[in-house]
Amino acid sequence: MKQIESKHPAAIRWFHWINFPLLSIMIWSGLLIYWANDVYKIGWGNTTPFHFFPQGFYDALGIGSRLSEGMAWHFLFMWLFALNGVCYVLYTIFSGDWRYLVPNRTTLREAIQVVLHDLHLSKAPLPRQKFNGAQKIAYSSIIVMGFGSLVTGLAIWKPVQFGGLTAMLGGYAAARVEHFLLTIGYVLFFVIHLSQVILAGWNNFRAMVTGFEVVNEGD
Amino acid sequence: MKATDQEISRRTRRSFLTGGIAAAAGFGTWYWIRNSFDDNGIPRPLRRAEEADDVFSRALFSETRLAKTFDAADIGEARVNGKIGLDGEPNSDWKLIVEGASPVSLDQIKALPKVEHITQFKCIEGWNYIMKWGGARFSDLARAHAPSGAIEKRWAGLETPDGEYYVGLDRASAMHPQTLLAYEMNGLPLTNDHGAPLRLMIPVKYGIKNLKRIGKITFSDSRPRDYWAENGYDYDSGF
Repeated sequence: MKQIESKHPAAIRWFHWINFPLLSIMIWSGLLIYWANDVYKIGWGNTTPFHFFPQGFYDALGIGSRLSEGMAWHFLFMWLFALNGVCYVLYTIFSGDWRYLVPNRTTLREAIQVVLHDLHLSKAPLPRQKFNGAQKIAYSSIIVMGFGSLVTGLAIWKPVQFGGLTAMLGGYAAARVEHFLLTIGYVLFFVIHLSQVILAGWNNFRAMVTGFEVVNEGD
Repeated sequence: MKATDQEISRRTRRSFLTGGIAAAAGFGTWYWIRNSFDDNGIPRPLRRAEEADDVFSRALFSETRLAKTFDAADIGEARVNGKIGLDGEPNSDWKLIVEGASPVSLDQIKALPKVEHITQFKCIEGWNYIMKWGGARFSDLARAHAPSGAIEKRWAGLETPDGEYYVGLDRASAMHPQTLLAYEMNGLPLTNDHGAPLRLMIPVKYGIKNLKRIGKITFSDSRPRDYWAENGYDYDSGF
């Protein structure tokens, strides 16, 4: 006989899976907008090792000359993205689930253990818990980043009506850079998140859909 | 809680089925939007959403909130972008046509109080530059030269002399204290590239609304046509 244990509440699972297409649409439409003035790069002086983005990237995704369309998608789905995020945060506050997510004083030490363990530098077994230290830091950071996207987005969308906010962020051009960097952050998060999910295996993934995790007796 | 393999499979199937239906509904919505009727360059549901955003934008708009002004040291290079409605030279006998009133000469506009501000011009493409503009307030011109009742109208429309380029402005934005009918850039008369003899400089809107070489101004309660709104862009395009 196996045991099943509740892991993720239904609300959290819905927020998570609804966020996925919403954020994807925001990133995609954001690219349609960014293409129109794609000036960001990593480089110094006349050296540009990387330009956001190479032509092949645009070609592969069909991005180009679709600024107005990108803005239209962006300014509709921003409401849904924000609403879903706000609902998620309110839910974690009122359900008490924030306790599993917000880092505390042992989190950093745990997170270092997790990283060492994942890099095979430490053989010490990890304590069994809902979210480990690395997850706590990652999942809390992503919420802070989401808030950052809303704030920088407002500063770009209405830089006169929210002029104080725009100034606080270092001005209109700076707010655009910050908005862009947060998006790059989501993509990096996604890559790490996806690989960790694959490594963690089916039982862990299934829990994010069904809500329960199967535990073999004796565990 | 103890569970049989059968029970686990059943609950797993049920959850994935719910997820699958939700994903299909999401994909269906996406597909419906993308394949909706084209409304001036974008699918109709997106156009409707932009119109809703515009209602929000107008409700949010306050005439007392000013676009940030900068120091002379911040002034950069002006960028020329867009030649629609600027074929050839402007007419030597140019006068501003104000619908329902007598044409207004450049000297009459210069006789209105001169306002200068250093503001950031923001192109909808994403670039910007900071420049000093000089001219008369749109509101001063409207009060002095428009027919009676014109400034009570909900909308102002501006177009180039050839009618090739045209924009519509909500009253609050047109009458905003920083909205200029500019005849000077950086202390010098406007060049043709930048819309001589008179252009709109409206720092509470994207560049696409900053019409160059103004030929005619109209006031109406029905929303005027707008060149870029007809080409997929948001009508309000305001900050």
